[in-house]
Amino acid sequence: MTEHLTPPTFDPADAAAAAARFSATAHPDVSYALIDSPVGTLVAATTDRGLACLSYSDHAGGIDAVLDHISAKISPRVLEAPARLDLVRRELDEYFERRRTAFDLDIDWSLVSPFGRRVLAATREIPFGEFSTYAHVAAEAGNAKASRAAGNALGSNPMPIVVPCHRVLHSGGKGIGNYTGGVHRKEALLRLEGVLLG
Amino acid sequence: MSRLPPFQRFLDAHREDVWRYLVAAVGREAADDCFQETFIAAMRAYPRTRIENPRAWVLTIAHRKALDHHRARARRPVPVGAVPDAPAPPEAELLGDGVWERVGDLPPKQRAALLLRFAGDLSHREVAAALGCSEEAARRSAHEGLKRLREELAA
Repeated sequence: MTEHLTPPTFDPADAAAAAARFSATAHPDVSYALIDSPVGTLVAATTDRGLACLSYSDHAGGIDAVLDHISAKISPRVLEAPARLDLVRRELDEYFERRRTAFDLDIDWSLVSPFGRRVLAATREIPFGEFSTYAHVAAEAGNAKASRAAGNALGSNPMPIVVPCHRVLHSGGKGIGNYTGGVHRKEALLRLEGVLLG
Repeated sequence: MSRLPPFQRFLDAHREDVWRYLVAAVGREAADDCFQETFIAAMRAYPRTRIENPRAWVLTIAHRKALDHHRARARRPVPVGAVPDAPAPPEAELLGDGVWERVGDLPPKQRAALLLRFAGDLSHREVAAALGCSEEAARRSAHEGLKRLREELAA
């Protein structure tokens, strides 16, 4: 016998199952899940306060970058726990099936600045199937001259779709403007709501 | 990166090391409970700043949870009929996982040092940090444990 012991054999699937059990039963500060949608896979994250983030998985640096951001800004106690996102998933499914025109989800505004929060609060008031302009949203947020800043706040909206920044367009027919998940997604959402035709 | 990764990534990175360690330390049946306890404690303590050596950190927690398990079991009366299986021939034990059951019967320091060193795959320095002893003491405990195992198997 040498100065060595062979580690015990084990089935990696057992370790994976134990880890999955942990994620499902533990109480993290942030739970997240990947949610499939007609506009691509979304990373949804919730705290006890409500939905904190809904990111397009191919934007903002991808899933890992989104989770790093949440870890740094909210808490590193982040676990994948799909069951805790069931309500978010259901409301999104209903929205994409045109059975829901407004989201009833609680929101956690931790990732949003105070001005951004005013802009997004104004954006939430735009009803399904309608649209507004950057200038109008800026005015609603308390600074009519800050339409560029409002545009930036909308561009960094951490929960697109649920906070419908896709309903904010340029004024005067200067195009529909940018979008956090890419303009093609903005167009897809506006088509779904009947704002854009074809 | 000065910040810690999201806990899910930490769990994914270390779940197999912790599982393998616990299978050796408490056996397959109790491994799951200890695994849950380990990561519950790790997540509770999970700070916002960097941990110097995350693998050694979480294995140190697993070591403490394994000790808790053994203490709890020692307090419980042993049920009649719970006679251990007849030991397998020494050769088979040396090659297979049975050797870890024998490690479990060693004195606490030797047992802890061998588990962390060979089931946890920590260096003697990391074992020493986990056990709060000197590197030399950790090395000596592992050496004595191996020596004693050899003697028992030869007997």
